[in-house]
Amino acid sequence: MITVAGRILVALAAAATLSVASAGGIEVVNFADAEQESRYMDLINQLRCLVCQNQTIAESNAELASDMRDVVKEQVLAGQSDDQIIGFLTERYGDFVRYRPPIVARTAALWFAPFVVAIIAFLLLPRLANRRRRVAIPASEQDNAKRLLSE
Amino acid sequence: MSEEAVAQTPSRKFHLVPLGIFILLCMVLAAGLRFDPKLVASPLIDKQAPHFSLPVLARPDESVSPESLRGKPWVLNVWASWCTACLQEHPLIVDLLAGQTTLVGLNYKDAPSAARSWLDNWGDPYTLSVIDQDGQAGFDWGVYGVPETFVIDERGLIRYKHIGPLTRAAIKEDILPLLRRLQANSQT
Repeated sequence: MITVAGRILVALAAAATLSVASAGGIEVVNFADAEQESRYMDLINQLRCLVCQNQTIAESNAELASDMRDVVKEQVLAGQSDDQIIGFLTERYGDFVRYRPPIVARTAALWFAPFVVAIIAFLLLPRLANRRRRVAIPASEQDNAKRLLSE
Repeated sequence: MSEEAVAQTPSRKFHLVPLGIFILLCMVLAAGLRFDPKLVASPLIDKQAPHFSLPVLARPDESVSPESLRGKPWVLNVWASWCTACLQEHPLIVDLLAGQTTLVGLNYKDAPSAARSWLDNWGDPYTLSVIDQDGQAGFDWGVYGVPETFVIDERGLIRYKHIGPLTRAAIKEDILPLLRRLQANSQT
């Protein structure tokens, strides 16, 4: 029992360390209210760091990510809206900074191709399934089987 | 027998479909391998060069802005003394770009004294360098990996961006021909 409890404790401690480590890039920021803080957290978790491209600017320790966090912080404090802040960054770094790309003509394939493929698959599925059932046992084989069974 | 024959004809016809899909997938993946995900297309191409007004490294009491350079095409090269890739491209800039155009160095997040001695050591190909110590101008220009190089036309529009150290090919095949075209334009 003690060892089991011990293991759980170790696992919890490890998990806690990990989450602290992944939040390592975040500086202490003094916001006027909780709403600003939650907007800040929300924004830095949906913006991509261009240096380490598979991390958000919240996760990344790169200098650019820290600059970008500063910009987000300043603009949140200055009362800019989320759209204004994201716009400010995409003006400089492009839509790539957004983990959630906008739905525009250029990104239509990205957003809609999966649904189109799924629809095509559902349309083709019954036809393919039918054909396979028909091919499954040819008449001559069925006769053969009946003959063998009746013997 | 006849039923068997009917059943087999369509399946023969579709035999090659998986192969076709496989080849298509291979082509898409092969094309994907050629992309460098580190190179992010700049949204600033064909847009007005972002404003800055920064002190000149050699004469800190003077300042320069993109607006003051309008009328002729020019090149902005983002560099820093702490940047090893900058040293890698530096001989190419000295050999191929220096003297070809107004060449402005944006000294990014650097100590001016370190920047000056870097130029003393390795040679100064720049018409002038400006000091962007807090990196604000770099940020406005969408700089995310030093060195970066921009070509700006006579109207102040950014026409070309190279991310990472310049290569001989990039200078000879992209930058110099573009500069020749722009220089011809601005003279007419």
